[in-house]
Amino acid sequence: MTLQVVNSPFDEKQTEILNQILPTLTDAQKNWLAGYLAASQGVTNVVPPTPTVETKEPVQTSTRTVTILFGSETGNSQALAEQLSTQLKEINRDVTVSCMDDFKPKKLKEVEDLLIITATHGEGDPPDNAIEFHEFLHGRKAPKLDNVNFSVLSLGDESYEFFCQTGKDFDKRLEELGATRIHPRVDCDVDYEELAEEWAKEVIATLQKDAGATNAPTTTVTPTEQTFSKSNPYTAEVLENIVLSGKGSNKETRHIEISLEGSNFQYEPGDCLAINPKNDPALVAAIIEELKWNPEQTIPINKQGEIRSVQEALTSIFEITRLTKGSLEKASTYFQNEKLQQLVQNSDEVKAYIDGRDLLDLIIDYPPEQLDPTTIMHFMRKIPARQYSISSSYQANPDEVHLTVATVKYQAHGRDRSGVCSGEISDRIKPGDQLNVYVHKNPNFKFPMDEATPVIMIGPGTGVAPFRGYIEEREELELKGKTWLFFGDQHFRTDFLYQVDWQRWIQQGYLTKMDVAFSRDTDEKVYVQHRMQEKAKELFEWLEAGAHLYVCGDEKRMAKDVHDTLISIISQEGNLSEEEAKEYINQLKHEKRYQRDVY
Amino acid sequence: MVNDPKKLDPMEKLKDESRYLRGTIQEGLDDPITAAISEDDTKLLKFHGSYQQDDRDIRDERRKQKLEPAYQFMLRIAIPGGVATPEQWLATDDLAEAYGDNTIKLTTRQAFQLHGILKWNLKDTIKTINKVSMTTIAACGDVNRNVMCNPNPYQSDVHQEVQDWAQAISDHLSPKTGAYHEIWLDQKKVIDSKEEVEPIYGKTYLPRKFKIGIAVPPSNDIDVFSQDIGLIAILENDQLQGFNIVVGGGMGSTHGNTKTYPQLGKIAGYAPKENIVDVTEKIVTIQRDYGNRSDRKNARFKYTIDRYGLDWFKQELAERLGWELTEAKDYKFDHNGDRYGWVKGKNRWHLTLFIENGRVKDEDGYQLRTALREIAHIHTGDFRLTPNQNLVIANATAQKKKKIIEILESYGIQDEKKYSGLRKNSIACVALPTCALAMAESERYLPSLITKVEDILEAEGIKDEEIVIRMSGCPNGCARPALAEVAFIGKAPGKYNMYLGGSFTGDRLNQLYRENIGEEEILAILKELIHDFAQNRLDKEHFGDFVVRNGYVKEVYDGQQFHQEPKGVL
Ligand code: SRM
Ligand SMILES: Cc1cc2nc3c(=O)[nH]c(=O)nc-3n(C[C@H](O)[C@H](O)[C@H](O)COP(=O)(O)OP(=O)(O)OC[C@H]3O[C@@H](n4cnc5c(N)ncnc54)[C@H](O)[C@@H]3O)c2cc1C
Ligand SMILES: Cc1cc2nc3c(=O)[nH]c(=O)nc-3n(C[C@H](O)[C@H](O)[C@H](O)COP(=O)(O)O)c2cc1C
Ligand code: SF4
Repeated sequence: MTLQVVNSPFDEKQTEILNQILPTLTDAQKNWLAGYLAASQGVTNVVPPTPTVETKEPVQTSTRTVTILFGSETGNSQALAEQLSTQLKEINRDVTVSCMDDFKPKKLKEVEDLLIITATHGEGDPPDNAIEFHEFLHGRKAPKLDNVNFSVLSLGDESYEFFCQTGKDFDKRLEELGATRIHPRVDCDVDYEELAEEWAKEVIATLQKDAGATNAPTTTVTPTEQTFSKSNPYTAEVLENIVLSGKGSNKETRHIEISLEGSNFQYEPGDCLAINPKNDPALVAAIIEELKWNPEQTIPINKQGEIRSVQEALTSIFEITRLTKGSLEKASTYFQNEKLQQLVQNSDEVKAYIDGRDLLDLIIDYPPEQLDPTTIMHFMRKIPARQYSISSSYQANPDEVHLTVATVKYQAHGRDRSGVCSGEISDRIKPGDQLNVYVHKNPNFKFPMDEATPVIMIGPGTGVAPFRGYIEEREELELKGKTWLFFGDQHFRTDFLYQVDWQRWIQQGYLTKMDVAFSRDTDEKVYVQHRMQEKAKELFEWLEAGAHLYVCGDEKRMAKDVHDTLISIISQEGNLSEEEAKEYINQLKHEKRYQRDVY
Repeated sequence: MVNDPKKLDPMEKLKDESRYLRGTIQEGLDDPITAAISEDDTKLLKFHGSYQQDDRDIRDERRKQKLEPAYQFMLRIAIPGGVATPEQWLATDDLAEAYGDNTIKLTTRQAFQLHGILKWNLKDTIKTINKVSMTTIAACGDVNRNVMCNPNPYQSDVHQEVQDWAQAISDHLSPKTGAYHEIWLDQKKVIDSKEEVEPIYGKTYLPRKFKIGIAVPPSNDIDVFSQDIGLIAILENDQLQGFNIVVGGGMGSTHGNTKTYPQLGKIAGYAPKENIVDVTEKIVTIQRDYGNRSDRKNARFKYTIDRYGLDWFKQELAERLGWELTEAKDYKFDHNGDRYGWVKGKNRWHLTLFIENGRVKDEDGYQLRTALREIAHIHTGDFRLTPNQNLVIANATAQKKKKIIEILESYGIQDEKKYSGLRKNSIACVALPTCALAMAESERYLPSLITKVEDILEAEGIKDEEIVIRMSGCPNGCARPALAEVAFIGKAPGKYNMYLGGSFTGDRLNQLYRENIGEEEILAILKELIHDFAQNRLDKEHFGDFVVRNGYVKEVYDGQQFHQEPKGVL
C-alpha cells in the first residue's frame, strides 16, 4: 500500500518523499527504521546512527546461531538476557546464553549473532562476572570478528559519572574488531524496563528478518521471574520497625519486618527486596510552593500518557533528591534560565554543582521561567527502587521478609538531608504502614545448602544482612557444618548487629566461628580485613578445603580492601606470586566460590 | 562433719573445682563475642573483687534491639580502715574517668567502688589499682571482706594503732591463691595448683561472706553489732589495751522468709590486743567448719551462732585458742553517724565532708569530683572513707587547710551546716541501675525523698534534729537499714517497707511498721510521726527511742524477734 494524506498523519510533501523511499527499503531497513523511530521518541537514550556508528544490513542466513552474553551483579541484566533467550527460542532460533566470564574466549571466533546485555558497576567498571571477558576483548589476544553481527544493551545509572561505561566499551570495541552493529546500542538509566523491552523487540525483528511472519515474536517481554516487579509492586504491610543501634551509637541501623502474606513471593538467601520509596512530603511541598504549582493539577508521567497529580508525581514517581548531568541538560531546555544554560555548557561545573544538591536547590539557584509541570517527565528521572539484602530465611518465615536498613542522614549545602528510602523508613514508616515492594532475585549471590561445604562470610555493617538470612535458613534445615562470619562496625556495645542471634547460633553450632572488628573501640582502627589477616593461615586452609567465600556491604572501601587482603593472604599462605594469587581468586570466581554483593 | 556432703550448695562444688578461684575466667575475658563471662565464672570473679552487672536502665530496650544486656563490671577496692593516700585517690579517680562511669562510690564498708568497667578494660584497671598498692582481692566472695575501722581523726595516735590492727587482720585473712596474680598481674602460672594451699580457708573457702569491723567508742560508726566479728577498742587513759569481741551480727534477710533476719552481734568477751589476729583467725575457722554449706540463705555466721548458742561458741573458741576470753570491759557508744566539719588533732587539721550516699561525681554547680582531685594534688595528709559513706580529709597542715577551703568553695561544695540533721545521718545503698538484686531505687531516690521530709521537719521546727535514716533497694541491707531509726527497704519499683525504732547508737534493731507503701503514704505517715515527736518527745529523746516508747513498734534486741507480729502493721 502507499501512504496518502488521508490515511496518514503526513502532509503532501512528506507523503511524497516517504512513498519514494519506502518501496526501496529492505525488511531489515524497515524494521530498523521502525525501531529507531519508536525508541527515539521523547528520550535521547538511543545513539542515533552517525557516520562513525553505522549499522549495516546483516550478512544473511536464517540458521545463524545467537549468543547472548550478559554482565550482571544484581541480576537485572541477567534477567533480561534470559527473557530474551526464551523469546528467541520461541521463534526457533539456536540460542546460547551465559555470563561473560563463563564464556570461553576461544569460542568467540565461532560466534555469529552476538547480543550483549551488561550493567556497569563500581565507578564505570564491568560487573564482577564480566571483568575477565572485558579484559580479554580489550587485550591484544582478541580475535578479528568480521563475521559477527552484534548489538549492545547497557544498563546503568545516570547519577554515576561513567554512565553505562561498560556497555559503551563493548559497543566500541566490537566494532573495532570488525563486527557488524545490526542495531544501535541502547543505554538505560535505572528505570530500564521500557527501553530494554523496545531494544529486545527490535533486535529480534532484525535477526528474524527472513524467518517469515508465521512465527512472529511475542512482542511483550513477560518477566520470567515473578509477577510482581518495579512497575507492578506488591503492597506489603510493615510488621516491625526496630532500631538495632544501641543507645549512644553514632549510627541508626534498623531492623524491618514486612509481611509477604498472599504475595506468593519466594526468596532464597542472598536475594534482595526492592522498595519503591516515597519522597519526603516536606520536600515535595517546598518544591511545589517554590514553583507556585497547583498540587492537584494532573500531569503525564510517561510516554504511555499515564497521569498523576503534581503532588503524587513528585512524591512517588519522579526523583527530586538527586540531580544528574542528563537531567540538568534536559532541564536547561525547559527552564529558560540564562545562567543554567551557561552552566550546562561546562561539564566540570555541572559535576561540581550536582554533587549533594537536589531539585529544590536547582529551582532556587536557577529559577525557571514559567515552568509547566506537564513537561517534567521530559527532564526528570523516575525514582529508582532501593534494594535491600533480605536478612531472614524464607524457610523459617515464609510469610515475612526482614531487612537491615542503615539510615542515611547528612548535611549538605546548609540543609539537613535524608535518604529517600531509608529516610522514609526511619521517619515515616510505622508498623501497620505499607510499602511497595518486590523480590529481586540475586543469582550471583547464592549459598551452598549442604554440610560439606565450608562457608566464609564477610559482612561488616549492614553487609551482615544476607548472612543472617542464610544462617537462619541453615538452622531451619538443621544444617550444621563449617561456617565462619567476619563482622565489623564502630562500637561493640552499640553496633553489634543481631548480637544475640549470632551468640545463639554459635551455641547451637550453626555458626562455627565469628570474628569481630570494632573500629572505634581501640586507638588504632581495626576492620574486618585486619581480622582476616590475623587468621590468614586458617582462612587459607578453609579455602583449600573448598570453602565458598562471600563479601557483602560497602563497595567503595570495604570490598576493595577485603579483596586486596585476600590476594595477600593467598600469596602469603600459598607461596604464590601476586599474579598467581589473582589467578587463584579468578578461579574461585569461576567456580562461584567467591561471590560479592556490594553497594 | 556438720555438712552432709550430699546436700551441698552447688557453689561449694564450684569453689572446690575452681583450682583456687581460677575457673575459666581467663577464657571468658578473651571471648570477643560477648561482654560477659560465664555464669560460674561470675561467681568466682567476686573473690577477685569484681561483680558482673548490666545497666538495668536499658536492659529491656536492648533486648528488643537484639543486643545482649549492657554488661559491665563493678570493681571493689578494699582499703582496710578506709585510709587512702592522695596518690591512691588520684589513681582511682583516673580509672573512674578512663574506664568507669566518671564516678567513685565510697561504700558503707569504707571501700572504693568503680562502676561500668567493660570486660576488655578489667585487666588494665586491676593492674593500675595494684600499681598504687591497693587491691581488689577478697573485696567480695566467701572470704573475710574489707576490715572496717573507725577513721577517728580526734585521737591520731590511738587511731594509728587501731588502724594497724585492722591492716594486720586484713593481711592475715587474705586468700593466698596465686590465681589473682596470674589472671590480672601477668604473674606466671603455677603449673600445678595442687602445690597451693589456703592455710586458713582451704579449697572451699567460707560458707559465705565474712565481715570484721573495729569500733572506737564513743563512736559506733562502723555499726559494730552488724559485723560477723565486731571489735570494740578498749582504751585506758588513751592507750589501746585490747578489744571486746562481738560475734554473729548481720543485716541481710529475704522478704517473706522468716528464717532469715537481721541480727545484732553478741558480746562474747574481751581479748588483749596482741592476741586479736589469732582470735579473729580462730573465729573464722569456726565458721569455716560449722557454717551451713547447703543453704546460702542460712549460711552467715549469725545463723551459726544462733544455731549453736553463744556458750558453745566460747567453748569452741577456747579450744582452738588454748585459752579463754575474759569478761568484756565497759564501753559507751553515743552515736553511729559521722561528726562533720573541721577538727584539730595534734597540730593537724581534719575535715569530715558530707558526701551524699558516697557518690563522688561532678554536677553543674557542684563539682565534687574535680574539687577532690585538686585537693588530692596538693594534700600532704591522707583520705579516710567513713562507714557512713562520707570522707575525711585528714592531717592537713594549717596552710593546706586554707587551700582546701578555697578549692571546696570554688567548686560549690557547700559547708555541711546547710544540711539537715536528717540528711547528715542518711545512708542509701547503690541499688539501680547497677545492682542486680535491687527491687527499687535507693541511691537515686533517697535524696529527693529527704528533701520532702525536710519540709515537714522545717514546719515542726526541728530541721537540725539528728535522725538516722537509711534506705536499701532490697532486704540485703547494704545500708545497714535494720539499725536505723527510720528505714526503707525496697519491695518493688516505687514501693518500700517502712521500719521504725532503731537506736541512735546502733545497738537496737528496728521493726517493720508499714508494708509496701509509696511516696505519698510515706510522707503522710512521717508527717504524723514527726508532729507527734516534735510535740511529745522527752528532753533530748531520739526519734528511734520515741517511737518505741510510744508503742509505734516493739523494741527488738534479738533478730529472732524481728518478724514477730509488728504492732504497726494492720
Ligand atoms: C556498695 C555496697 C553498698 C553501698 O552503697 O555502699 C554494697 C553493694 C552491694 N552488695 Fe552489699 N554492699 C555493701 C555493704 C553491705 C552491708 C553493710 C556492711 O557490710 O557493713 C551489708 C549488710 C551486712 C551484712 O553483710 O549482713 C551488705 C549485705 C549484702 C548482702 C546480704 C548478705 C546476707 O547475709 O544476706 C548481699 C547479697 C548476698 O550476699 O547474697 C549484698 C550484695 C551486694 C551487691 C554486690 C549485689 C550483688 O551481690 O550483686 C551490691 C553491689 C551494688 C552495686 O552496684 O555496687 N550485700 N552489703 C556496700 C559495699 C561494702 C564494701 O565495700 O564491701
Ligand atoms: C544489591 C544491593 C543490596 C543492598 N542492601 C542493603 C542493605 O541490606 N541495607 C542497607 O541499608 N542498604 C542496602 N543497599 C543500599 C540501599 O539500596 C540504598 O542505596 C540505601 O539505603 C540508600 O538509599 P536511600 O534512598 O535511603 O538514600 P538515597 O536517597 O539514595 O541517598 C543516598 C545518596 O545520598 C548521598 N549521600 C549519602 N551520605 C552523604 C553524605 N554524608 N554527604 C553527601 N551526600 C551523601 C550519596 O549520593 C548517596 O548515594 C543495597 C544496595 C544494593 C545495590
Ligand atoms: C555499587 C554500584 C555501582 C554502580 N556504578 C555504576 C556506574 O559507575 N555507572 C553506571 O552507569 N551505573 C552504575 N551502577 C548502576 C547499575 O549498573 C544498575 O543498577 C544496573 O541496573 C545493575 O544491573 P545488574 O543487576 O545486571 O547488575 C552501579 C550500581 C551499584 C549497585
Ligand atoms: S541492698 Fe540490695 S539493692 Fe541495695 S545494693 Fe545491696 S543488694 Fe543492691
